[in-house]
Amino acid sequence: MPFARHNVTTLVPRTPAEVTDAVRWALSAGEPLEVAGTGSKRALGRPVVASHRLNLSALSGIVSYEPEELVLTARAGTGMQEIEALLAQRNQCLAFEPPDLGPLLGASGIPNAGERERGRDAGSAAAAGGTFGGVISTGYSGPRRFKAGAVRDHVLGIAAVSGRGEAFVGGGKVVKNVTGYDLPKLLTGAFGTLAVLTEISVKVLPAPEDTRTVLVDGLSPREAVQLMTRVLQSPLDVTGASHVPVGVRAPGKSLDASITALRLEGFRPSVEFRLTQLRTLVASSGPVVVLEREESKVFWQAVRDVQPFVPLEEGDRASVWRISAPPAQGAAVLERIQESIPETRAFFDWGGGLIWLRVPNDTGVEPKAIAARIREALVASGGHATLVRAPESVRAVVDVFQPPAAGVAELSRRVKLQFDPSCVLNPGRLYVGV
Amino acid sequence: MLMPEPDPQILARRKELAERLRQAVPDGVIEDEASRRVYEQDALTAYRQLPMIVVLPSSTEEVAAVLRICSSMGVKVVPRGAGTSLSGGALPLADGVLLGLARLNRILDIDYDNRTVTCQPGVTNLAISRAVDARGFYYAPDPSSQIACTIGGNVAENSGGVHCLKYGLTTNNVLGVQLVTIDGEVLHIGGRHLDAEGYDLLGILTGSEGLLGVVTEVTVRILPKPETARALLIGFASNEAAGDTVAAIIGAGIIPAGMEMMDKPAIHAAEAFVHVGYPLDVEALLIVELDGPGAEVDHLCEAVTRIARERGAVSCRMSNSEAERLSFWAGRKAAFPAVGRISPDYLCMDGTIPRKALPAVLARLRELESEFGLRVANVFHAGDGNLHPLILFDSNAPGELERAEAFGAAILRLCVQVGGVLTGEHGVGIEKRDLMPEQFTETDLAHQQRLKCAFDPAGLLNPGKVFPVLHRCAELGRMHVHRGQLAFPDIPRF
Ligand SMILES: Cc1cc2nc3c(=O)[nH]c(=O)nc-3n(C[C@H](O)[C@H](O)[C@H](O)COP(=O)(O)OP(=O)(O)OC[C@H]3O[C@@H](n4cnc5c(N)ncnc54)[C@H](O)[C@@H]3O)c2cc1C
Repeated sequence: MPFARHNVTTLVPRTPAEVTDAVRWALSAGEPLEVAGTGSKRALGRPVVASHRLNLSALSGIVSYEPEELVLTARAGTGMQEIEALLAQRNQCLAFEPPDLGPLLGASGIPNAGERERGRDAGSAAAAGGTFGGVISTGYSGPRRFKAGAVRDHVLGIAAVSGRGEAFVGGGKVVKNVTGYDLPKLLTGAFGTLAVLTEISVKVLPAPEDTRTVLVDGLSPREAVQLMTRVLQSPLDVTGASHVPVGVRAPGKSLDASITALRLEGFRPSVEFRLTQLRTLVASSGPVVVLEREESKVFWQAVRDVQPFVPLEEGDRASVWRISAPPAQGAAVLERIQESIPETRAFFDWGGGLIWLRVPNDTGVEPKAIAARIREALVASGGHATLVRAPESVRAVVDVFQPPAAGVAELSRRVKLQFDPSCVLNPGRLYVGV
Repeated sequence: MLMPEPDPQILARRKELAERLRQAVPDGVIEDEASRRVYEQDALTAYRQLPMIVVLPSSTEEVAAVLRICSSMGVKVVPRGAGTSLSGGALPLADGVLLGLARLNRILDIDYDNRTVTCQPGVTNLAISRAVDARGFYYAPDPSSQIACTIGGNVAENSGGVHCLKYGLTTNNVLGVQLVTIDGEVLHIGGRHLDAEGYDLLGILTGSEGLLGVVTEVTVRILPKPETARALLIGFASNEAAGDTVAAIIGAGIIPAGMEMMDKPAIHAAEAFVHVGYPLDVEALLIVELDGPGAEVDHLCEAVTRIARERGAVSCRMSNSEAERLSFWAGRKAAFPAVGRISPDYLCMDGTIPRKALPAVLARLRELESEFGLRVANVFHAGDGNLHPLILFDSNAPGELERAEAFGAAILRLCVQVGGVLTGEHGVGIEKRDLMPEQFTETDLAHQQRLKCAFDPAGLLNPGKVFPVLHRCAELGRMHVHRGQLAFPDIPRF
């Protein structure tokens, strides 16, 4: 085990003021903090070297929700289930479809002490889906990303405590605002390395009234990406475009078949109208099946939560990578990766722009070399690869997040040091030294 | 409006600077006064300042060379696109170089498969849509200034337009930039893929008003044009009824492509200017645009009409042709020049408020009109709560500019008081700089300025804008840790 984990204190602040206190204490004691909600995404990122833990699950509750303003404000520790249930009552949703990576990450190699504690932290319903602050801090968006925008596009305002032990706000609580720098975007996806979020305001949107999915059978990844590109160039306004190849499981699909899924959402008459057009557009590509509302939801939830790669058995030590590439180059990127690591399996979301890649444990290739080969495959097209699921020992030695080019890396380091000069917040979670 | 004092030592080195700049950009250094005058103001016309030198580079390398020279000599730099900023963002400095980016005006790449366009910063907003129009695509953010304003300026201001309710502001449509830092280093952030890696530097650059770096290339997303679009022109006897209708439309789960409101003075000014048949006997007018497949648009037009009638709409017209749809918009799009015809000068304000506060804010505006003795016409991106009160005044009448500015400040304070913000799309610039403390505490502003310190520690890029006081980075960097004095807090732990 790389780090001693005994004597870890977990602080559980109940108010933003207590968060400030905790960070100030960490500063004065020179003891870094690991920042977490319920800990559902602790296994994501580089392992943090911190003597103490800041658990935000008690800093919870909806602060305000005004459906007609399309704005919801909640404390960072609020459970995602509570937020999603509240929005559903008013037929609204978080349009970026936050994934629940719990099942994917759950069984990865967290050391026992962490595992035990996680169980205790997660004693509430908040565990499933994690916390609001966790979703914002990791910044992962679901299948609707290419249409509705990413998490960062929906974060309107934040209150936070920086690594200087100072509470500050950024952004606002209205849907249109350019007053000052967009700190809410900076903190979204920053993995808690700049500031501890205490309160977040997001833009919410009407939930689609109806949904249907068209499944096309039997395409290769290359053909599927071509078809998805053609559909995304049309005004049919699909809100999901995924391809699950042969050899990868997904709801309603056998292992020896491939499917290409295209989702329509919106008002009923519109969905029906576009369904006819979409069927015509894909008719020549292969046999077509249409998933009705409920089946469609099940399918996209599986894509969103990376269900195809959720380990089926205890002790599965396969790694899972998340790759963002220009969508039309998705299939080519995968081909390059599979040339150098043939054992990998993948499926596509975002019309080809998001590749989820599973690397089994027994490729005989060193983890560092795997990372290098995957990133090498992205050089021509641009894009980046993140090691989302892997045993802690692997995440400690591999660059979990794509290392930026030198100039951007230096700028990122300077940004980190402006917000957290003593590196007391999640040290090392993003990059070495950040 | 107080700008930083010109530095006599820099002014004294003007010749030397011009020499060095001319080596970097042989055909693009402007020294003579008459030619510099062209750049002395942007669209916030109340302010002007002759720049020390104007430089017009034509490549990223030239931009980098200019910035290297300026930073090594400690000279301030003000980037400029087309100069349509309404907040004074491109106002020059007496001891600064004005860096004009208009010559960087090439579209570099159109990628229909990935649905992106990559171009230089001086390309106009409309030119992007025009370039991809024939293939059925467009670039969604559409500021009213789109014929003139540049994509670089749009990125710097995070500009919006009437369609940003459904399609987002600039920030939601930019995938990547090439950026030159004040040291002349060229950085690439993002690309054709979604979600740039690492910290969201793209997110903070967009809307940073030229204070963090100079954008030399932009990659934007383009969208397939919707199959159809129709507009509704709906008149109301009161602002309340119009405001209620806006809330009810959104409450019904409908996000129109655009939802604009005009008050009586704005309706009259626009109709007198463009004669498109706006009703003159109403207090408020809504323009609601629905776009998408025909079946959806028909369905939603019906729903919106029903909602409006239930809330007492006194007139309602639906566009039946593309020409008619454009005529509905013509008055709204010409609102600024139309108001310019009925008043020698006007100030365009840009606060955002929670939609529900609209009737109260408009009522308070009427009171403020009599307090300040000036009239206001209101155009309003009603869908997202972004107000544009146009304050009418005459700059030749002694004291009126000052009164108009005080009125404007009172309006923006009001926006913040009701839970809104100082600017929805035009930026802080110099115009709202001194009002920043209305919305943010010292600590909030210090955290924003520390970003500036990460990018531009010497504070040479566009100083005097956005922040009321630009603290030195060394001062902002200091930490106050009271070792041992903080009691271990009384926080639950295990
Ligand atoms: C009639 C009229 C209507 C308008 N309508 C709208 C509207 O509907 N919506 C809206 O949002 N705005 C609107 N505006 C405001 C203005 O057009 C926008 O802010 C626009 O984006 C400014 O672009 P520009 O090229 O003119 O930039 P400039 O005015 O030249 O510069 C604006 C700011 O950007 C910086 N800058 C410019 N280029 C770069 C670069 N390449 N790199 C770094 N910094 C740079 C400058 O330093 C300055 O701070 C309107 C203005 C007018 C005059």
